[in-house]
Amino acid sequence: MRIALFTTCLADAVVPRVATATATLLTRLGHEVVVPPEQTCCGQMHLNTGYWRLGAQVVRHHVDAFEQVLEECDAVVAPSGSCVGSVRHQHAAAARRQGDSATAARAELLAARTFELSELLVDVLGVTDVGAWFPHRVTYHPTCHSLRMLRVGDKPLQLLRAVADIDLVELPQADVCCGFGGTFALKNEGTSAAMLADKVAAVTSTGAQVCAAGDSSCLMHIGGGLSRLQTGIGTRHLAEVLAATREAPLVLDAVGAGAR
Amino acid sequence: MSTFLGMPTATGAVRGDRPFPAAAAAGLADDQLRRNLAHATGTIRTKRLAAVAELDDWEQLRLAGSALKADTMARLPQLLEQLEAAVAARGGVVHWARDGEEANRIVTDLVRAAGATEVVKVKSMATQEIGLNEHLEAEGIAALETDLAELIVQLAGDRPSHILVPAIHKNRAEIRDVFRESMPGAPADLGDDPRELAMAARAYLRRRFLEAGVAISGANFACADTGTLAVVESEGNGRMCLTLPRTLITVMGIEKVVPTFGDLEVFMQLLPRSSTAERMNPYTSLWTGVTPGDGPQEFHLVLLDNGRSRVLADPEGRSALHCIRCSACLNVCPVYERVGGHAYGSVYPGPIGAVLSPQLTGMTGGKDPNSTLPFASTLCGACFDACPVRIDIPTMLVKLRADAVEAAEADRTVPSGQDVAMAAAAWAMTDARRWSRLISGGRLLAWRRRGFRRLPWPGSVWTRSRDLPALPSRTFRQLWRRRPGAGEGR
Ligand code: SF4
Repeated sequence: MRIALFTTCLADAVVPRVATATATLLTRLGHEVVVPPEQTCCGQMHLNTGYWRLGAQVVRHHVDAFEQVLEECDAVVAPSGSCVGSVRHQHAAAARRQGDSATAARAELLAARTFELSELLVDVLGVTDVGAWFPHRVTYHPTCHSLRMLRVGDKPLQLLRAVADIDLVELPQADVCCGFGGTFALKNEGTSAAMLADKVAAVTSTGAQVCAAGDSSCLMHIGGGLSRLQTGIGTRHLAEVLAATREAPLVLDAVGAGAR
Repeated sequence: MSTFLGMPTATGAVRGDRPFPAAAAAGLADDQLRRNLAHATGTIRTKRLAAVAELDDWEQLRLAGSALKADTMARLPQLLEQLEAAVAARGGVVHWARDGEEANRIVTDLVRAAGATEVVKVKSMATQEIGLNEHLEAEGIAALETDLAELIVQLAGDRPSHILVPAIHKNRAEIRDVFRESMPGAPADLGDDPRELAMAARAYLRRRFLEAGVAISGANFACADTGTLAVVESEGNGRMCLTLPRTLITVMGIEKVVPTFGDLEVFMQLLPRSSTAERMNPYTSLWTGVTPGDGPQEFHLVLLDNGRSRVLADPEGRSALHCIRCSACLNVCPVYERVGGHAYGSVYPGPIGAVLSPQLTGMTGGKDPNSTLPFASTLCGACFDACPVRIDIPTMLVKLRADAVEAAEADRTVPSGQDVAMAAAAWAMTDARRWSRLISGGRLLAWRRRGFRRLPWPGSVWTRSRDLPALPSRTFRQLWRRRPGAGEGR
């Protein structure tokens, strides 16, 4: 299959290893990965902060950028539940609010072909064992948009359970939000921090070495909390865990979890 | 932009005096409140899940509830006129109130006409919304709340913080103190055993029920076809108010009407399981007009608009009127659990308050406390999953954020810092070259391999409680261009 990688702005700018891991994983599974060069961001930050006029411009750019490759690609994948959630549930509405029904229609077509990583692997490609090796204790935070907007259910856990030598431990209160919420983390910083404290405590209680999730933004938040408290627990994206093999293992110390 | 000219906005207790983040800070810092709320919401969350899991057709019930409400809103004027005719045919009198002030005036006149200076009350959100008790007091009429939790709040001179459990922010030791200090006739050695507290309140209330000539209630449902009103409660105090006094005045939001008596079947299953995690609620009182020689001999129904027509006029916000006030969305909300109900300013707290209050009042710009409510959420979606009538609160919050930003833009002449940052980001994000140049700037900070502990403002808002990871020396697009085997331009 030929698959277009929707990098997401955060992975592009802050955690390129997540996008690299996604490409590595899909290539290993025998697929061709294409990175549409014009892509930037899905516009989620603008839309969720109320800037719909600006957000609609970013949405139009996203649709333009991916439409160009849609002919030659079978699917679009993003290593982020919330970005795919925005594509699927907000893009057409954003264009429509600006009276741009043509873009709305194009956005709907693109949305129907866009998948979050675990959806692509399990639903589209039909694999749960991707041949990964990750000999560490891992706990998984399901992230709200994957869980309740995309309804990916236990697909990420199916994938993780098939990873060789992984010690997967259940996260208590896993379905409770970590408190990130985009600009919520800044506008309501105190409440966000209070929610983060509980998430960090839950992660710490598992004795895990790594907290994994399918969204770099939530991971940046949880990781920032784990690092602030010097828990020694790192965060890794689902794509990184799945990309790791015996031949090309993921060395946990290679990238600092945060400030120390 | 959702401005509906000519639509009256709400009056009463639906707007606080501070922006949400400032009001939330008080709740966050209140250790006792945090403990009480975490315990109370945690317990009810678990119980609700169990109660809901008992029904195989729960999802179908939710769909039915949602469809019934959508149908009701689509023909609300017609159903209200049908209700009016049915109530009148059974000897009741219907009054129409444009806003809270008008409703307060109507009720005051009715109480005066009945010759009463004291009324007993059944817990009601509508009368809280319009500040009826305060209005009556100013007019020299004492209103006594008879719901236990509402009584606690009233005696404490406090405000409710939850739509179903108004005193959820108080624990039993605090309640004992309130009773000892403020409840006439409370034993001086009153303990904090729940049963002891309930018995003390019961003794106090019993005499008042028997003496009262006028009762004031709200309504959970009103059936348009039969004119039947319904009040659902747990303590039996409502039943006393609805049957003992000679005059009954019911204040009801216009959205509470349902098309037929048979529709109660759906809501009577949805409501108790969602609100108190009970299979069936303890007291369901139904009455239709007046019955000679039995119960109140005078019945007045005050139909309250107070901003609801405004909400109805917005197709994207309208479903906020579907709410049956079960409070499940409050109980599952991680934000509500940490800040408490008072942070929302309005009598409607939590997720439903965050979408309903701003719509009832309209949002007037950046300084309006209700403009901050749509942002009081991480959009985690737990409320939508819990809502028995499937109100898509997260989507509505995002839509109201757009309305709030547009209202703020219209309200100011100079763009805010956020406006400028968002415009700059959009400028960069609508061109791959501009974007690429912007994010390559990250490498200037990439020397710091350990990430960031403390950043100058505005980054300091982030680093106050979390670290920021180290930035990469190459962006993904740079890495991808230089990957081995690259060159075909992808
Ligand atoms: S919005 Fe839904 S969950 Fe919240 S109180 Fe209303 S009916 Fe209950």
